[in-house]
Amino acid sequence: MSITKVTSHISQNEGLIFERSQPGRVGYRLPPLDVEETPLDELIPQNLRRTDDLEGMPEVSEVDVVRHFTRISTWNYSIDLGMYPLGSCTMKYNSRLNEKVARIAGFGNLHPLASAEDAQGALRLIHELQESLSEITGLAGVSLQPAAGAHGEMTGVMLIRAFIDARDGAGASATRRTMLIPDSAHGTNPASANLSGFNVKTIRSTAEGFTDLEHLRELCAHGDVAGLMLTNPNTLGLFEKNISEICRIVHDAGGLVYMDGANMNALVGVARPGDMGVDVIHLNLHKTFSTPHGGGGPGCGPCCCTKELEPFLPVPRVVKDADAFRLDFDRPQSIGRVKAFYGNFGMMVRALSYIQTHGYDGLREATEAAVLNARYIAQGLASDYDKPFEAAPMHEVVFTDKRQSRKGVHTLDIAKRLIDYGFHPMTIYFPLIVQGAMLIEPTESVGRAELDQFIEAMRSIAREAVEDPETVMSAPHSTRIGRLDEAAAARKPVLRWKPKTATTSA
Amino acid sequence: MANIPENLQYSKDHEWIGVEGDIGTIGITDHAQHSLGDVVYVELPKVGETFEAHESFGSVESVKAVSEIFTPVGGEVTEVNEALQDEPEKVNTDPYKEGWMIRIRMKNPGEVDSLLTAAEYEDFTKAETE
Amino acid sequence: MLRTVGLTSAEELFDSIPAEMRLRAHLNTPAAISEMELLAGFESMAARNNAARRPSFLGAGAYSHYSPTVVDYLIQRSEFFTAYTPYQPEISQGTLQAIFEFQTLVCQLTGMDVANASMYDGSTALAEAVLMAERITRRKKIITSTAVHPEYLEVVDTYVQHYGIELQRLDVDASTGLTADEALAALDDQTAALVIQSPNFFGCIEDAHALSEKAHAVGALLIVAITESISLGLLRPPGACDADIVVAEGQSFGIPLSFGGPYLGLFATRDKYARQMPGRLVGEAYDKQGRRGFVLTLATREQHIRREKATSNICTNEGLIALAATVYMETMGRRGIQEVAEQCAQKAAYAARKISELEGFSLPYSGARFNEFVVRAPVAAAELLSRLGAEKEITGGLALSRYYADRANDFLVCVTETNSRAEIDALVEGLKALTV
Repeated sequence: MSITKVTSHISQNEGLIFERSQPGRVGYRLPPLDVEETPLDELIPQNLRRTDDLEGMPEVSEVDVVRHFTRISTWNYSIDLGMYPLGSCTMKYNSRLNEKVARIAGFGNLHPLASAEDAQGALRLIHELQESLSEITGLAGVSLQPAAGAHGEMTGVMLIRAFIDARDGAGASATRRTMLIPDSAHGTNPASANLSGFNVKTIRSTAEGFTDLEHLRELCAHGDVAGLMLTNPNTLGLFEKNISEICRIVHDAGGLVYMDGANMNALVGVARPGDMGVDVIHLNLHKTFSTPHGGGGPGCGPCCCTKELEPFLPVPRVVKDADAFRLDFDRPQSIGRVKAFYGNFGMMVRALSYIQTHGYDGLREATEAAVLNARYIAQGLASDYDKPFEAAPMHEVVFTDKRQSRKGVHTLDIAKRLIDYGFHPMTIYFPLIVQGAMLIEPTESVGRAELDQFIEAMRSIAREAVEDPETVMSAPHSTRIGRLDEAAAARKPVLRWKPKTATTSA
Repeated sequence: MANIPENLQYSKDHEWIGVEGDIGTIGITDHAQHSLGDVVYVELPKVGETFEAHESFGSVESVKAVSEIFTPVGGEVTEVNEALQDEPEKVNTDPYKEGWMIRIRMKNPGEVDSLLTAAEYEDFTKAETE
Repeated sequence: MLRTVGLTSAEELFDSIPAEMRLRAHLNTPAAISEMELLAGFESMAARNNAARRPSFLGAGAYSHYSPTVVDYLIQRSEFFTAYTPYQPEISQGTLQAIFEFQTLVCQLTGMDVANASMYDGSTALAEAVLMAERITRRKKIITSTAVHPEYLEVVDTYVQHYGIELQRLDVDASTGLTADEALAALDDQTAALVIQSPNFFGCIEDAHALSEKAHAVGALLIVAITESISLGLLRPPGACDADIVVAEGQSFGIPLSFGGPYLGLFATRDKYARQMPGRLVGEAYDKQGRRGFVLTLATREQHIRREKATSNICTNEGLIALAATVYMETMGRRGIQEVAEQCAQKAAYAARKISELEGFSLPYSGARFNEFVVRAPVAAAELLSRLGAEKEITGGLALSRYYADRANDFLVCVTETNSRAEIDALVEGLKALTV
């Protein structure tokens, strides 16, 4: 018996909403206007009004919308479906409880410009989260205003600049303009440094995968170093064991140490950046503190810093006076505001919920499980994949395609083939210093059975790479669409839908 | 085997130059386009701009990388290959003819002499990949 | 599992961290609590947010609009909210197609050619637009209207402080509430961009078309910021006014107020500037069998490839919020967005008329308005509004003294389709009762 695959499957062939649109169809109803109507011409002159009647905007029913999004949603992988071993992304379980509390009407309906006395609950929540993050990082000052990690980085780097100007005299940062960044860093680090007016100099990593102290000393000898941006554990998943020495070298050269907190999931409850000599750090609430990634955001990128840097944090600060909370705008040394209002409050609600439901012991257990899971994978894959660094990894581990590439199977192929086994691929080709890198971070949200399945899938792919490389190189085979021609897409970009009649070339 | 025409000169940054009088035509080599992968965008200067030898005059982009391109000789840009705006893939398919990038009026034609010959360039790329 | 990896205790997992750096005691954060306890605690905190319960006439960058039930229902599907950034297109087509629709809707509403996958919010989108104008024009002077949201201007100040960009502020005409014509003399051949907001912070609709002509005459770009995006259902889109970059706060499209975030930055421009844009872009692509899909494209602009030379440092954006706005725009659709906009304008006009008829109250500005307007009270506005909250349980608007020390008696009122006539009448009655 043969089964013919139906090519017109309705949920596999859902088009764009614009292609579903039917003139006159609506999916909403408003109450009738309950005030006397004034002719529009008397309210707003014709020349200030639009004349296109919103032609081209969708006209669909509610059920059209629900089916549309439900169908296309099935084309996504998601945490709730399975393991998401993306290194440096910390894709952990997103609790439904956190979603529920963020939607409490008293939070959801609260206008940001309500007076402080009418927003005491929200200000208290912000303050409690600040206190918790201060304790977790060992750093005194916290601002929750930055909207994402890169935004927190920019804020942190601007604090360094402001601090140097205050310490060495206005304009000092104009000569002390070098920001040191390891070659293994996330791309946001140099981009954020550049946005704050710094010149980036790259520090080499050693063959063992650590910051090269000799190179650091050499770069610090020029007298123009404002700071160092370091991820710890670094993006190879290794704890920078010389962190004290690194901080000392930078401090002795008159610079400050910024830590990228992307990998805090390896440290919470175990060690604190503030105790290592770090001056300023950003956190990613959407990584370490489980707020959902949402297909690319929103995030929340708190900036935590030492007492010395605190006066420079963005305004307004949320402070406590006796029993009441208020916004403090009177911070003359502040770098200013980095975002309207106070940050992504909805993410703060979720993160505080995570911290309180885990408790201090649960936070530490999560860290232990995250590191143990990564160790387990490191051990489980060592016989089949090249592991370029000897040191024991923390919460993520890097492998390469060195063995498989001899047969023409590369990291990209292994990643795509993993999809056929039901897993989301790991982070690939990052960090840039490792050729054919595969960076795997299981997080604490997977049990041993699923780790074993993942390891077995990776081993199976390693076997296929020898026995049947073509299958791996043409993967994935189980998805709705195959690999897309990204070069053609970039050469003649089509970035929006247009009605057929209006489409000219592409 | 990489394609390295005999009649051109080469730089260690993987650009080629073909000389006619005081005009040099410049592009990137077959070896370079291979290692870049599918070229999706080429950013070129305007006619009239001047560059020193080994200065960056633009960039070539693939889907996931950007590479600067350097002129092997100094001078003033007299012509730019506008066709690459619409068909950047010509850098891949025909790097030495239709994939040319700029023509430059050389300030010092003697600079060409310090460049690599086809044979030297072939040895250079071999050494680099080893 | 510990034994499998050759360890005997969990502490050994952290052997690579020097012992003196490891915590010896547990964190000084609370012990774990149950769902029931957490809910009780958070409910009690939320209950202290009095403003969330009252009829409200606050706008000024955050707007109360009705969000159809399907919006929050659909964004809570696991497949959307627990997905990562769509770097693996074969298993992210749901997110990618939704973003492609989002980009299209933003283009349609703003009248622009190309829109990105979102920025953090309106204020940071504006700051990025200013930096983009500098990149395009290679000029260092930015002229902004003072009728741009004051917090947006503060954010721009922060972003450009190390860029050598000079910011000049233009006055607002005291009688119209619009960017003053004579102030435009500041435009010159060093100007990278003119920045306006429309409807502006005082609720008045700027003549963006006239302003774009003036900006273009000196080779500067026109950047239009919009805080109340529902206005696009009724007002001439910036694209039809020759704007070069449009940034907007998209919170009006079904996103909860949530004390200021997460919100949604919209960013749109002309085709010719697409490669100068910040942020992610989704484009159409095909597989070997000719099946249509969508993919992140033109990524060479971004930080993970171009590092310090990237057009922005942005990575995480507002993905799920953009999805919510997409569901909102598609559910309300062509008719609904126009009807909401018209109801806002009608109700605001009604409220403005009623308030202006009160003894001692006036509307200082004559410029056409959408759904916000400035009221001049016979007494100090901050105190009046505070009493209105405490005694009448109405949040009556925003005292402008929060941003402008010299405007003690002025306050900004916003009316949307969610404000019933009864609420508006109660506001008017309340203002009357507290000033006689």
